[in-house]
Formats: sequence, C-alpha cells, structure tokens
Amino acid sequence: MPDLSINIAGLNFKNPVTTASGTFGYGDEFLDFMDLGRLGGIFVKAVTGKNRDGNAYPRMAETASGMLNSVGLQNKGVDHFCREIYPRIKNFNTHIIVNVSGSTVEEYIEVAERINELDKIPAIELNISCPNVKLGGMAFGTVPAMATEVTAEVRKVYKKVLMVKLSPNVTSITDLAKAVVDGGADVITLINTLLGMAIDVERRRPVLSTITGGLSGPAIKPVALRMVWQVHKAVHVPIVGLGGIMNATDAIEFMLAGASAVQVGTANFIDPTISVKIVDGIAAYMDRHNIKKTTDLVGALKTE
Amino acid sequence: MDIKKFVQDLLVVETTRLNKRHFILELLAPEKFPLILPGQFAQALVENSPTTFLRRPFSIHSVDYQKNTLRLLIQIKGDGTRHLAGLKAGDHLNLIYPLGNSFSLPFTKDVLLVGGGCGVAPLLFLAQFLNQSQIYPTILLGFRTKEEVSEIEEYSKYGKVLITTDDGTEGEKGLVVDHSIFQRERIPFKKIFCCGPDAMMKAVAKIARMHRTDCEVSLENTMACGFGVCLCCITPTDKGNERVCVEGPVFNINRLKW
Repeated sequence: MPDLSINIAGLNFKNPVTTASGTFGYGDEFLDFMDLGRLGGIFVKAVTGKNRDGNAYPRMAETASGMLNSVGLQNKGVDHFCREIYPRIKNFNTHIIVNVSGSTVEEYIEVAERINELDKIPAIELNISCPNVKLGGMAFGTVPAMATEVTAEVRKVYKKVLMVKLSPNVTSITDLAKAVVDGGADVITLINTLLGMAIDVERRRPVLSTITGGLSGPAIKPVALRMVWQVHKAVHVPIVGLGGIMNATDAIEFMLAGASAVQVGTANFIDPTISVKIVDGIAAYMDRHNIKKTTDLVGALKTE
Repeated sequence: MDIKKFVQDLLVVETTRLNKRHFILELLAPEKFPLILPGQFAQALVENSPTTFLRRPFSIHSVDYQKNTLRLLIQIKGDGTRHLAGLKAGDHLNLIYPLGNSFSLPFTKDVLLVGGGCGVAPLLFLAQFLNQSQIYPTILLGFRTKEEVSEIEEYSKYGKVLITTDDGTEGEKGLVVDHSIFQRERIPFKKIFCCGPDAMMKAVAKIARMHRTDCEVSLENTMACGFGVCLCCITPTDKGNERVCVEGPVFNINRLKW
C-alpha cells in the first residue's frame, strides 16, 4: 500500500482527498453513504457572522458539464455553528475545516476568532472568493491590496492553519496568490466558482434570481488546473486544488500541477460516495506507477 | 424521522409507456427496501447523456415490499428523461433514495387527493398508504386530454376517482379546480393532499383556505443534490428559506408564503 498521507503546513492529512465547502454540508448529511473517516478532510459550509437567508429562488441552473449556483452563503451564523453544529461534528475521524466568510474585514475577524476557540478545528479556509454576495466576498479576492489586508487582519487573531480560497475571476491569479501569502496565508485553496450566467429564452429572463452565479463542475477543470499550475510556480505555500474534479484521474492531474491536496465539490451532488472512490483511485494509480508517497506526485508534471 | 438513504443500482424490470409523454419504470432493488413513505422521492442518475449533468428527482409512484420493487412515473421533458424512457428490462438505474419528508397521516377519513399532470405520481403511493389506515380518499386527477388519462383502474382500487381534462375529452372539462366538487358551498373534505404544477397547487391552496380545510402540497423545485447539501432548492417558509429536498417536498400550505 502506498503512503497516502500528506503534511500541509504542519497539519497531517491521512490522504489528499477532501470535500469542498458548500458541497458537503457539515459532513453528517453523508453518514448514510460513507465512512467519513476515510477522507483527508471536510471543508464545511461557509460560516458568516450573522444568520444569512441567502439569495432568492431560483438559485441553480444546470449547464453543459456543470452548473451555476447563487446560493449566497446561506447559513445560521457563527454562534449557531459553535453551539449547534460543532458539537455534533467535532468527533468525526477526519480534519474538519471551516470556511469563513464575511462582508467586512470585521466580520471575517469575528468569525475567525470564534472558530479559533474550537479545539477540534485545526484550520480555517478564508473565503474571499464567493461570487454570490453583494458586499465583500469576491471583492476581497479580486483586489490584491484588499486580499493582503483581510488575510493579515485574520492572521492576527487566528493561531492555527490559515488557508485562503481564491477566486478565478481575476486577470492575474498569481498576483492574488502573492498578495495572500504576503498577508500571512499558510495554504492557498483554488479555485472558487467562475462567474457565469444562463438565460431562459422562452421567458427572455435570466435563469438565476441574481442574474449571474458561480459556475462549477467539469466545465471549469481546465481553467482550475491552469491556475493551480501558475500559482504553484509563483509561490511556495502548499496548494489545495479544486474545480470540476469528478474522478481520481482528475484529482491526480491537480496534484501533478502542484496541489498537495484536492477538494471534491460538485461531484458530491451526483455521486455522494465519489470522494472515497477517489481516495481508492489515487492509491491504485500510485501502486500502478510504483509511487511510494503522495508528496512525490505534487508538482511532478514533466514539461521538458 | 430519519430514514436511511441508499445509493444503489436498481434493475429495470419493465418500462411501460403510458402515452406520448409519460412512462413508468419498475425497478428491483438489490436488497430489502427500507421504510419508504408517500411523498418521498428518488434522485436518478442519467448516464451517457452529454447534456444531463445532474441527477433527476422523481416522486416514488408506488412500492411493492413483497417483490422489492418500486415504480417511478416520469414525464418526458428533455434529454435526461428521454434517455430514461429508453431503459429496457435488464438495464440498471442508479438511485439515491428515499429522499425528503412525506405526507402526514391525517386525523380524518374525509380526505381528498388532488393531482395534475405528472404531479399525480406520489398520490397512488399515498392512497395505498392511507388504505392501510382504513382511509379511502377521493382522488381527483387532472389531465390535458383523454389520451393522457392513465392508470385509473389502479387508483380506483384505493379510492373514488374523479377526472378532469383540459379539453373535456374525459371526465369534467377544465382544470382540477374547476371540478364540480369545488363548486359547492361546503366541500366534504377535512384534509387535502395536492401535487402538481405550482399554479395548480396555489389554486387548490386558495380553495382549501376558503373552506378552512387543512392542505399539504408537494413542491417541485430545481435540485442539484437532493439530500440537503447544495441549498439550491429552497422555498420561503415561516422558518426562512427551507430546503425542498429535506424539509420538503411536502409542506402544509400554512407554512408557505403563498
């Protein structure tokens, strides 16, 4: 058996397969389908300072090889998370990482401070890339100076592993990657969804209530891979790669491009057991290629 | 109530075409069914269709615990459902099921089921279920035209069936809400269960309110996952935005912002 474990910013993951925020609930929705202990980690649904109802219906449009969503960070706020959700998920036998979102720097700080107090949460993923909220969200992820500032402010209050999730809706992803590393990010997660839209021609109206939304699924995989590759060459922090991963081959592509770990997102909707199948698929690939440890895969792309 | 959910390949026993737009898939499960309740649905995986990325949700039309089979009544709407219509005996269909909540067991025997179009799907299962509690409902079914009127003998085993067609080619002419049972000063029902297009359910809800009759509706909604994690299929309720796939699909009309 190859060694699937991987160390990311001092945190040891049993394997490089995790699940993406917003596609895996709080993990317990999947208990009927799989042993969560088989995963490297779970990135739980975004947590904001206060309760958010999210956007109006319709929030979803199926597209070619993907889907658009405009959920808008619906969640019951950090108090509710700490009080109601954390106790029921804290003993899962995998890393539980909280996606921290907000509209203002103060809100990001407030949430990060609260999550910092939770013993069983070893890391947060700062979400500066949500395309579906009017204020904040993606704005922090598209202007390098703002990305540095929000990362640095959270860094002051958050003592554990700080991951920052980048938006692909920028001209230069490496500028943003450097900006968050300057702010003190330990790990970069990329990519969040690509801004897109869909139109109902019969009604001559947008399909989504918000007109635009975030595109995910295999349609965005080539873009995501390219960005992981560029960021891997530009900065020296570990990368968690995601964007359209549907199977083990896709996951291995991300690792070869430079990701130390991957997140499985939209694929969870179609096959709720896919993440463990990807763990098995990576192990089989490593066996077949006589690769002893996952670290040997990371950034192993040959370009000469 | 928490019912264990499965992701399973079921064997296609039979595909029965009811008419141009509707067909029934009868599926055999590889192991004994869990308890499945009326109103619950299944998410079907459409394989090898380049245009169908997500699963498709279908109400469970009936369950046979002896044979370990369930049936889905499906309307052909696009590539995904067209593909499913082509499934033959011996093929497999991957389902996530049973999903969602269910219609409640009423505290009265004066029950009306109202279904329109493909919305009739969960009502057969509901009628079977009610019979087990010695409730024999009136079942009002609306169709576009005579050609689409189907399975009436099946429904008749479980209650008194009334029919409307849009063009009057069978039963009473008009929409379900135009049926003569609603034209009385007082309707003889204390509980209404309804499933169909939104406009139809809203019209039925209006009648139910007028007669102060308790009413539950099963909502249709665009879904991605079907088991509560994507938060796409929300509907506004008295508790904020709730998921149609978990807190629904069945809601009492008093809880909806209708």
